[in-house]
Amino acid sequence: MTAFIFDAVRSPRSRGKASGTLHEVKPVRLAAGILEGLRKRHDLDTAQVDDVILGCVTPIGDQGSCIAKAAVQAAGWDESVPGVQLDRFCASGLEAVNMAAAKVGSGQQDLVVAGGVESMSRVPMGSNGGAMLTDAEFVLERLSVPQGIGADLIATLEGWSREDVDAFALESQKRAARAQAEGRFARSVLPVKDENGFTILAQDDFLRPDTTMEALGALKPSFAGLGGLGFDEMIRTRYPQVLEIDHVHTPGNSSGIVDGAAAVLIGSEKARRDLNLEPRGRIVAAAVLATDPVIMLTGPGPAARKCLERAGLEVSDIDLWEINEAFASVALRYMKDLGIGPEITNVNGGAIALGHPLGATGAMLISTVLDELEHRGGRYGMISLCVGGGMGISTLIERM
Amino acid sequence: MNGKDCIDYAHAPDGIVTLTVAMEGPANVINEAFIENFRNAVDRLENEKDLRGVILASGREHFALGGDIDMLFALKPGDEAHVMDLLSRLKDAKRRLERLPVPVVAAIGGTALGGGYELALACNRRIAVDRPGLRIGLPEVGLGLIPGGGGVVRLTQMLGLEAAMPFLLEGRQLTPAQALKAGLIDETVSDAGALLARARAWIEEVAGDAQAALQPWDRKGYRIPGGSANSPANAARIAVGAAMLYKKTLGLQPAPGHILDVMTEAAGRLDVDSALRYESRRFVSLVNRPETKNMISALHYDMRKVARGEGRPEGIAPAPVERLGVIGAGMMGHGIAWAAARAGIRVVLSDRTSEEAERGLAACRALAEKRVSRGRLSRSEAEAIIARIRPSADTGDLAGCDMVIEAVFEKLDVKDAVLARHEPVLDKGAVWASNTSTLPITRLARNARRPENFIGLHFFSPVDRMRLVEIITGEKTSEDTLARAYDFVAQIGKLPVLVKDSPGFFTSRVINTKAAEALEMVWEGLDPARIENLGRQAGFPVGMLTLVDEIGLTLPVDIFDTNVAMGLIRAEDDPTPGARALLREMAFTLGRKGKAAGGGFFDYHRNGRKSLWPGLARWRRAEHAIPDDDIRDRMLFRAVIESLRCLEDGVIGHACDGNIASLLGIGAPMHTGGYIQFVNTYGPERFVARCDELAAAYGPRFTAPGIARNHARTGEPIL
Repeated sequence: MTAFIFDAVRSPRSRGKASGTLHEVKPVRLAAGILEGLRKRHDLDTAQVDDVILGCVTPIGDQGSCIAKAAVQAAGWDESVPGVQLDRFCASGLEAVNMAAAKVGSGQQDLVVAGGVESMSRVPMGSNGGAMLTDAEFVLERLSVPQGIGADLIATLEGWSREDVDAFALESQKRAARAQAEGRFARSVLPVKDENGFTILAQDDFLRPDTTMEALGALKPSFAGLGGLGFDEMIRTRYPQVLEIDHVHTPGNSSGIVDGAAAVLIGSEKARRDLNLEPRGRIVAAAVLATDPVIMLTGPGPAARKCLERAGLEVSDIDLWEINEAFASVALRYMKDLGIGPEITNVNGGAIALGHPLGATGAMLISTVLDELEHRGGRYGMISLCVGGGMGISTLIERM
Repeated sequence: MNGKDCIDYAHAPDGIVTLTVAMEGPANVINEAFIENFRNAVDRLENEKDLRGVILASGREHFALGGDIDMLFALKPGDEAHVMDLLSRLKDAKRRLERLPVPVVAAIGGTALGGGYELALACNRRIAVDRPGLRIGLPEVGLGLIPGGGGVVRLTQMLGLEAAMPFLLEGRQLTPAQALKAGLIDETVSDAGALLARARAWIEEVAGDAQAALQPWDRKGYRIPGGSANSPANAARIAVGAAMLYKKTLGLQPAPGHILDVMTEAAGRLDVDSALRYESRRFVSLVNRPETKNMISALHYDMRKVARGEGRPEGIAPAPVERLGVIGAGMMGHGIAWAAARAGIRVVLSDRTSEEAERGLAACRALAEKRVSRGRLSRSEAEAIIARIRPSADTGDLAGCDMVIEAVFEKLDVKDAVLARHEPVLDKGAVWASNTSTLPITRLARNARRPENFIGLHFFSPVDRMRLVEIITGEKTSEDTLARAYDFVAQIGKLPVLVKDSPGFFTSRVINTKAAEALEMVWEGLDPARIENLGRQAGFPVGMLTLVDEIGLTLPVDIFDTNVAMGLIRAEDDPTPGARALLREMAFTLGRKGKAAGGGFFDYHRNGRKSLWPGLARWRRAEHAIPDDDIRDRMLFRAVIESLRCLEDGVIGHACDGNIASLLGIGAPMHTGGYIQFVNTYGPERFVARCDELAAAYGPRFTAPGIARNHARTGEPIL
């Protein structure tokens, strides 16, 4: 059964620190605001929603205890609507979409909201612990190194210099700035408002449109210190062809730490008929897999290939590619693995410029790609993210 | 349990029971007999009616020296459940001791290490005698083990995660004063005779204070210093702590990681009883690991055998060196002078000019300063050491020396000239020792007036830190000279290994093979980065290309050519001619002579970093790739095979000599337990099979020596 995408919306993104505009917004309110916006746009009878799946990577503190159900309640949706929070690291938002598509596709449910929320300013990344970060036995036996070391290793292995990754970052900034100026995000971004109706944030404010190669070049490497403490040694055990890891990634060419939320309305033919919803697109195929967990970030290319295979399509069939810019080298590696060019990849910039609210990003990218396919009149868009533990995820959508 | 009760139970009229541990054998150790007796003692304590306090003391010189290593070393697969049971019984008794409603004091009158100190940790207070030589600590990690008697859990609970780390992860042994400062003990007494009285007095002082009878971790609301492992600040440090360990061990030694793991579990993730059980499980998982067996074999057994100096001829009275001459005040010479002066020997440090001799003395001063600034030596001790060294450019000053060590440039003619100039001024009985790493002693002694007094003493650089000395006898070296050489090495606190006079002796011969194999692989066209990294990952302290750059590329060529010229080896017998060709081309055609000469396999940058010299690309054949395991084993197995041949040829007399010399002299990976012990836990049969594979793929130099084949047949370890 076809899983239609009826709509995809997101919040704007803002710096994930106390100084960020969305810091004062509780994550449950951030998510509820998006659900509420979605309801209003379609005058949705929420009693018809079978489930709400939200990705959240740091589900403790403000984001703990199944924030999906809490957000459903906070949005004032019908009490019959359940909610579930999931965590597949950075893939969580897209995993939510894929699970919704699977539920609909299998005939188990007819209308599902999939999305994600992450208030990185309020619940810091990594603060939920876990074996990969806080279990000495696991870290030593499995060579669990910080992801940035893996990103730097990818650049080292491929021979990408600091200039290469900074140039990619600069281009991301330029593209995002242009897209914002041209109103490309306007359809999907819902302003975040307070209880009085005052707007707290209307559009993404993380961008640095005026940055330059010089400014980027002046930033200090983020992972050289950690690498020197021993993580470089650990990762070299798996990659003995590398004598010295070139620590090229900085805050300027890595994804931004931001707050944000997103939701995608996914449903069946029945939902389309019953609720008179207009499909904007459909989910063609999805794939998730895992590659070497030590370098951690090389999964997206293989995931996209697996997804294409499931769809029976070729690389050349895809009009737009979207790879989450966790780090510049991840995007560069993805393009290299798939043999695709920058003219059809991340055409409106990516997380380097806009930010990466961990659990929400995957769902945000649905709107980014769908909007652009509509703008260009394209057909297929592939969305991929690198994921902790060496996983990779891809979702192929078709505009309708 | 049969046998005499090793714990004397004395119940005094004041209600204080003194448990005095006095085991048969050389020292108190924690073994099955002790555990049974200890349990019985605790049973009795629990049933006392008017108990007011307990003192745990030793009736022997030491408090207790730890676990029974003979028992641990003999463990075989299948014995794990038994060990687990023993630990449970021991820990149960300690917990019951801790829970007695009265204060318990450890009266530490002698060294308390490992299981001994763990016993003290189960007491409410630790009082030690502040006397020289008394040591306190948990050195288990040095034998590839973790403290398994509650030491990881209790020390972590007591000191906190961060503060406990050096004592658990590095196994540091402390003097009473240091232990007091670090919080490992609570107080010291200066007079051994006052120890028990002070313990008793403390019990009186805290009489009626219920808290004093409780362990910190049993008190309500106790918080571990520095917080729990789950606090955000600590949790964030765990992976970094693990990475820092990895940097040291490269994942080749499991014990430190086990310790860190138990520490984090003990620091707030588990209750004390569960943490103690987890500690036992992790201890048991190590006892049969090859790394553990190897480290015990080398660092416990082999080390003791070598230190005993078994090769010293018997029946010759020891005659300590009182006055030593050192000729050549360079790197080796000043190091030898320092080591001797430190041991109280007066030294004449001689060189061609007084400037050179003074430079040697200045270098000794620098060694002294470093130790003073780190608190290892007092200012006055340092000054006394330096005062014993007299720089001199006057040959006549060597008159009256009991021994002269020549440490001049490694060339025959230079050494011959030095001998000719200095020997005439020496007393008839003076020993002449040549510090050579490769030149044959018999040949060097040929021009000596008294070849019976001539011997080789091969020191290692840096002499102030390296404990090994190879002793090489020439054809005519007398028994008396050999005995005096042994005595001198022991006198300066170093470890003697007797080797036969043959090219490269033991250490140079073995270290050359793995370096040559690495060079051969470069010559073949393999990736130099991979060769370098896999050498490190085999456990060598530095990669082989770094090593060759440090030594210099011309030295191995010179030594080879000298040996050929002297008829000691034949050029066509060189098993790795590619390595030699590579060195010649690098050094003489391409001008890449090594680090000191500005660059070799690496370029050395001003910021202290180095990168592979891009010119190495000329040898690289991208299509030539072999498995990483083969690259690693080619280096490691060459060294092991060469060591076995040395044992077979009698270059070394015993496996222990090869193990200690390889570990302390030439950077054999610690987890192997030395290049000969490596075969024992690798399995002689499996070792021979792997040699056969490597020989088939890479040449007959990997053929397993007969000694390995013999042991593969019998299955017996090479000891």
